[in-house]
Amino acid sequence: MSAVFIHGIGAVSPAGWGVPALRAALEKNLPLPVQLCERPGWEKKLPVRPVPPSPTRMEFLAHPRLRRAGIMSQHVMAAALEALGPDVASVQTGALRLGIIVCTMAGGVTYSRRFYAEVLQEPSTASPLFFAETVFNAPASHLAACLNSSSINYTLVGDDGSFLQALALAAGWLESGRADGCLVVGAEELDWIVADAARLFRRSTVYAAGAGAVYLKMHPGARTVLSAVTDSFPFTTSQNRTAAAGRMRSQLGHGTANEVLCDSETADSVRLDWPGRRLSPKTIVGESFAASSAWQCLIASDLVREGRAPGACVSVVGANQQAIGARFLNAENDQP
Amino acid sequence: MGQFQWLPANSDRVLFPTPKKSGTPHRVVITGAGIITALGGGWKTNAAGFRAGSRAFRPVSLFDVSRQRAKIAAEIDLPEDLPATRLSANQLRRLNRATRMLLLAAHEAWRQSGWQPDEPLPVVLGTTSGEMSLGQEYLSQALCAPNDFKCQATRVAYYQVQRPALVLCDAFDFQGPLTIISNACASGANAIGHAFETLRHGRASRVLTGGYDALCQLTFAGFDSLQALAPTPCRPFDAQRNGLTLGEGAAMLTLETLAHAKKRNAEILGEIIGYGAANDTHHLTQPHPEGRAALAAMNAACADAGIAPEQVDYVNAHGTATPQNDATESAAINRWAGGRVSNLPVSSTKAGIGHLLGAAGAVEAVVCLMALRGQWLPPESSLATADPVCRFQLLRQPTDARVEVALSNSFGFGGANASLVFRRWS
Repeated sequence: MSAVFIHGIGAVSPAGWGVPALRAALEKNLPLPVQLCERPGWEKKLPVRPVPPSPTRMEFLAHPRLRRAGIMSQHVMAAALEALGPDVASVQTGALRLGIIVCTMAGGVTYSRRFYAEVLQEPSTASPLFFAETVFNAPASHLAACLNSSSINYTLVGDDGSFLQALALAAGWLESGRADGCLVVGAEELDWIVADAARLFRRSTVYAAGAGAVYLKMHPGARTVLSAVTDSFPFTTSQNRTAAAGRMRSQLGHGTANEVLCDSETADSVRLDWPGRRLSPKTIVGESFAASSAWQCLIASDLVREGRAPGACVSVVGANQQAIGARFLNAENDQP
Repeated sequence: MGQFQWLPANSDRVLFPTPKKSGTPHRVVITGAGIITALGGGWKTNAAGFRAGSRAFRPVSLFDVSRQRAKIAAEIDLPEDLPATRLSANQLRRLNRATRMLLLAAHEAWRQSGWQPDEPLPVVLGTTSGEMSLGQEYLSQALCAPNDFKCQATRVAYYQVQRPALVLCDAFDFQGPLTIISNACASGANAIGHAFETLRHGRASRVLTGGYDALCQLTFAGFDSLQALAPTPCRPFDAQRNGLTLGEGAAMLTLETLAHAKKRNAEILGEIIGYGAANDTHHLTQPHPEGRAALAAMNAACADAGIAPEQVDYVNAHGTATPQNDATESAAINRWAGGRVSNLPVSSTKAGIGHLLGAAGAVEAVVCLMALRGQWLPPESSLATADPVCRFQLLRQPTDARVEVALSNSFGFGGANASLVFRRWS
């Protein structure tokens, strides 16, 4: 039986701020409205799904670290705080050693674009404020600073599958005693440059922004456990995307009729057979790489927590790196 | 068996749950090392260069720096040809600078290890920017010629940090999994530390790990905008130091459990015995003035290794040569070393090859291995007047010494701090 429990989840997505907004959008099972994003110098516009403005000003924005931080850091903060819940205080006082792993594929693209545009124009006056925020681990750093956490902190970069790798890594930190709790966050931000890049590979892509967080601890008291994470099967010359997906699927098991599969499917992706109910968040919310897989995992966990499924699997056939899966179970069902 | 038992019984390769522990953690040894820096390619050339305190700075030729404050870096003269691998002609044609460095370092480590690609091989890499020169080309064309999409998809595909890792898998027929840690300038050390923990806790029997980063305009302009770059070659821990100098390179290590290495009678280059990581919440780009997280990382690494500072024979400092880094790192080393500080040998090998960002921790790990194997200490030949805050023994001249244990520090933007402890294999 797994001893790694899901103690909290958090989400910021095109559906809104908070898990309930994402849950409601997925229950409706209708694609969220698309907005059009201008691509400078191009007549056409790019279909995107941004995060709507927050209904209230978030208190955490008062922290000096977030004054100039990119929007991705704000999304990471909001999702993290929702997932941590009352444990925030224990982290801030140092009573709880919190391991942090932030996953992203594109990182802080808005500031990267703005900084490099300044470099092209006049390198001697390019803004140092932008540059600091281009570093992949800036959101993880801001999050740790706002939480006053000096424990281990990683940023994993890769495709969608890196979020599931991070869940396994977090579970390892908990088991080895490196941390008392672990927060795994997946996040991407919206900018025309990345929406444009995603479109080059699949014309139908609707790029989305946001973040998803899963909070793990070894203390019982939560209803859902992280039961397993499959191996990661990279896409290589000798193992193409379909073969990698097949190997992941074979590790994921056959599934049962009352188990839910939260998959990474889009209209033209690899489709895995599954006997039970299926949820495909990307078809509702859009493509957001690491944030997408975070949303898949937290919704799978949420279904189990709410007693709507005894178990839920997640399959991720990533953008360009790996196929990987995970399973969340009701703690009572996760028997050896 | 419960209703939801799902993984096949023979599925011992899942990432979680982890295999049942054998009791005591596994010992982790290094059986192969590959390195490329501005000093040259390969262990032998680099060992000679580091031992002598050679310096490899020159005017930047890879991109235009005429309007930057700083105009020098430690560039690599990449060889025209790569070693024979399984890459197709098409793949070889698309390789860029960072990937070529990664392949060269990995090839050397792989050959030295004597490993075969006959079982799954986790790969853990550290980098800050992957193949960012391609990202720049993409951005430049998207900004300046928005209706020209030629080659843009290839640039997007190949600039991402996972692409060089996948090319590495193709080149040597590795099957992964791939983990890429981007903790700024601590990335390489974190990658090695993560690989070490993977082995120690029995999650694999061997791991290929290291770091790579190539010079690119965006990064150069970024550090210049922060006024962190020195107009003259860097002088770590010098009282008159005026900033860092960027470099480029890659280093790769083949790590395996001691039992795995012994089983195949492998030559062992050294042992990793400790890893510590801590996070500095002070500022995004500046360390806490007292170096609290640096101290925490060093203490954690030594506690992990089960040693006291008195048992460390050499510290390879992060030593970027920025006024803030070297002052805070010195304060941290002074406090960590305690009564042993006055005769503790310390140097920053960035004095010779510059700051390699995501590759720094990996390259400096290999330097520690060289020192342990060769029983010498790498000097900083650029050091004129040591900063009086340094109470330790800064190495100025090539020195032969008894080196049993070495500690390497890597600190990065965002407060990522990591320390690794290595032991001589005898």
